[in-house]
Amino acid sequence: MTKGVVKAIIENLVQVEVSGPVSQNEICYIELGSVRLMAEVIKVLGNIAYTQVFESTRGLKPGAKVEFTEHMLEVKLGPGMLSKSYDGLQNDLNKMDGVFLKRGDYTDPLDEDSVWDFTPLLKAGDKVSGGDWLGSVPESWISHKIMVPFALTGEYTIKSIAESGNYKLTDTIAVLTDEDGNDIDVNMIQRWPVKIPIKCYEEKPRPFKLLETGVRTLDTLNPMVEGGTGFIPGPFGAGKTVLQHSISKNAEADLIIFAACGERANEVVEIFVEFPQLDDPRTGRKLMERTIIICNTSNMPVAAREASVYTAMTIAEYYRNMGLRVLLLADSTSRWAQALREMSNRMEELPGPDAFPMDLTAIVSNFYARAGFVYLKNGETGSITFIGTVSPAGGNLKEPVTESTKKAARCFYALSQSRADSKRYPAVDPIDSYSKYLEYAEVIENLNNNINPNWVESVLHTKDLLLRGREAQEQINILGDDGVPLSYHDRYWKSELVDRTILQQDAFDDIDSSTPMKRQEYMLKLVLDLCEKDFVFESFEEVMPYYMKIVNVLKQINYVKFQSAEFNSYMDDLHKIVEERSAN
Amino acid sequence: MATQAFQKIYTKLNQITKATCSVKATDVGAEELATVGGRLAQVVKIVEDDVTLQVFAGTEGIGTDAEVIFFGKAPTLKVGTELAGRFFNAYGDPIDGGPEIDGIEVEIGGPSVNPVRREQPSELIATGIAGIDLNNTLVTGQKIPFFADPDQPYNEVMAMVALRAQSDKIILGGMGLSNDDYLFYKHAFENAGVIDRIISFMNTTEDPTVERLLVPNMALSAAEYFAAEHNEKVLVLLTDMTLYCDALSIVSNRMDQIPSKDSMPGSLYSDLAKLYEKAVQFPEGGSITIIAVTTLSGGDITHAIPDNTGYITEGQLFLKRDTDISKTVVDPFRSLSRLKQLVIGSKTRADHPQVMNTAVRLYADAANAKTKLENGFDLSDYDERVLEFAKEYSNDILAIDVNVDTDTMLDIAWELFQKYMKKEEIGIRDDLMNIYWKKA
Repeated sequence: MTKGVVKAIIENLVQVEVSGPVSQNEICYIELGSVRLMAEVIKVLGNIAYTQVFESTRGLKPGAKVEFTEHMLEVKLGPGMLSKSYDGLQNDLNKMDGVFLKRGDYTDPLDEDSVWDFTPLLKAGDKVSGGDWLGSVPESWISHKIMVPFALTGEYTIKSIAESGNYKLTDTIAVLTDEDGNDIDVNMIQRWPVKIPIKCYEEKPRPFKLLETGVRTLDTLNPMVEGGTGFIPGPFGAGKTVLQHSISKNAEADLIIFAACGERANEVVEIFVEFPQLDDPRTGRKLMERTIIICNTSNMPVAAREASVYTAMTIAEYYRNMGLRVLLLADSTSRWAQALREMSNRMEELPGPDAFPMDLTAIVSNFYARAGFVYLKNGETGSITFIGTVSPAGGNLKEPVTESTKKAARCFYALSQSRADSKRYPAVDPIDSYSKYLEYAEVIENLNNNINPNWVESVLHTKDLLLRGREAQEQINILGDDGVPLSYHDRYWKSELVDRTILQQDAFDDIDSSTPMKRQEYMLKLVLDLCEKDFVFESFEEVMPYYMKIVNVLKQINYVKFQSAEFNSYMDDLHKIVEERSAN
Repeated sequence: MATQAFQKIYTKLNQITKATCSVKATDVGAEELATVGGRLAQVVKIVEDDVTLQVFAGTEGIGTDAEVIFFGKAPTLKVGTELAGRFFNAYGDPIDGGPEIDGIEVEIGGPSVNPVRREQPSELIATGIAGIDLNNTLVTGQKIPFFADPDQPYNEVMAMVALRAQSDKIILGGMGLSNDDYLFYKHAFENAGVIDRIISFMNTTEDPTVERLLVPNMALSAAEYFAAEHNEKVLVLLTDMTLYCDALSIVSNRMDQIPSKDSMPGSLYSDLAKLYEKAVQFPEGGSITIIAVTTLSGGDITHAIPDNTGYITEGQLFLKRDTDISKTVVDPFRSLSRLKQLVIGSKTRADHPQVMNTAVRLYADAANAKTKLENGFDLSDYDERVLEFAKEYSNDILAIDVNVDTDTMLDIAWELFQKYMKKEEIGIRDDLMNIYWKKA
């Protein structure tokens, strides 16, 4: 083990004089009295290693002893991670004593004494390689696969494998023999460095399958797909976090990993409080049972914030390799970028735009590239869908983090201040936002097959209606209500119909908060049929009140159970209103 | 803070800038406190035996032979129940002529609360101001700033909120406060007879700028003591955070750091978050609620200070002058309390959320109608009615001089709906309409 001595301290950047070899990103521990502070090497100059400390360095003095560990920042993977809350370095927050966090308090992410009911999936003599499923244990409601450690490259033969039964995490459940005849004991735990993607899969095709989120403005207008990437930029107060929470509550995923990265602690508390209460609509279990939280709130150390998104991604990749659909949400990636900026600044690197590091775009792209839909070696599929939020400075989308992310992510859900101001939630701008997946032939095919044969066509038609509505509105604003033909009012209010009844959604209403695809299809057809109708108006003053009446009924419809008696009675109301002014 | 025996004294400064100086010294820890020529200073950088100190009171008149004495500890505050009713400077020394505090010494800017040990804020703070209670309900454990232009009466409104809110302690952290404003707060608290609940840490414009960097942490350490040790509900008022940030940028500039947006340090977000995130609801019942003031320049919220603040705090409050009624109102469009969802409709009447949204929507329609009017277009019947509605809504509910409870605010709103609007223009769920929409 290489040892070193602290030479210089500038906030959490500590220079260490080393006596032996060190590697980039190696983890070391700095002694400060009775506690050991974890740090990562981020630059080496001669015999000086520059380390970023994951804790406050208050009281640290030159001369403090440092011990290097010969490994990079790793996560510990195994059964028992579901419904846990970790900090950015994967310490189990619930295992820490006291109300306040203590420096150097590192806790075990897994419960080493826990016992799991192991069932082998392979037998002695089988050939395996990294990532292959040796067996499975039930973890909550998922079948957690015990895999050949990802770090084992090459081919191995199973020498022995444990029989079905209860085993501790640390018990050997298989012995593998490598090509040279060396035996390797495998238990249920494996470690993996967070900055390196886990690649034990066969291939990564273009994603093609819709990922339902229950949020209409996403699913209907700009769909997310399994294994897709997207980002939500928006000024503060525009509802980024509420939107992400809605997605996490209703998305059709097996597992949700929530990286609260440099954001408000009370928002994480909301998840802690709500998720154990909320039912997962598909399994009937509690939402918390499919959730892992990586929580590095804004007041927690900056360097650990940078690590937290990688920790979350690595855990996502681990579960993906079990053939699960993982949804990874990060709030907010701007805070992560800022953490990079703070370190780059302390290292006195030449700054890029807005003092962000020059390689920001590359770092962001590499991270988004770790998402995706994969075929595993055994033919099963798994996916990581990644949606990050971006908090652009001043709400201005022409800033480095938004621009870098735009290059990497395929879906863009722009939250608009003006929509938020007029309480049009979710404030996703229907015209600026896009989903590149709507251009994928395989996605179009999938949507049309599963929803209805004309689905994508009607979605594009809806977008046109919205765009034409906005143009009409601009004309009305410029020329005045009576300065434009009556049809402009009609056109504008048709787009309002779509906006107010399809796009706007009450995230806090029990029924309206999540709309299944079947209901979305029904509603879109209903609204588009209304938009096709020619209503008769004498003057522009009649247009708004009439459409408001329709909007009002449609909103009531959104608030009641699909196709219930109430629903049908509102539908009757709607038909009566439509009759009033129908041209034919 | 008195010096203690057996301390090494250094007398050779090798670098002096406006806010920092450096000295060759050994066995010094990061963030350690020291005095330089009798002025308090804090270690900000150590490179081998070269120690850079930030001198809070500035370095004017400091000589290269000034005495540097290290304390071996980070800045501390003595906490105890006798803090109540007292006024202190930025170092936690009394400025009211009273005795020194004889309490437990705690390091300021200490560790944060483990997120899993936090409770979800759930207790409403009633202020009687409808712009807050109805539209932007505050909750204990929340952190929220007023974004105000210098000409707006933010200190008055904040004092009003502080005095009306039910809290066990009010801690005022004044940064760059003018002496006049300091006296305003002092008198307001004295007149209300609540001085025994007040603790005040003051850095006025007469004091050195960099000193104010200590104020928020002093105030919050005192708050943590009362909230965590005594389970009290503590309200912390911080004014003005813009001046705090200015001090941050001065120090970072002197340290040769590369500035990011608006000449602010790149770490501004983390620096502010460390303070604001001290707002917390403890499991034992104590809470820290932070109400701050961030002054804007010409209402520009895209400036780095309000922008970063907005991403940290749980909402923001704007004041505006409503010329139709000649009163100051809490702006219903731009103001937002993020935690209101935790209490409205559950701790308040069930119709609260929908009434709130509907009223704001109608108010927005009135703003559009006003634009139409200004552009010389004819108004529709609907426009005329929303304009009338907005005027009364502003006068009877939004104005900050209105002081009624939430149920009354809701009743007034329903009355106004019924007076000016048609049933189908309201868009509230039918089950609520059936209760509150009185049949004519």
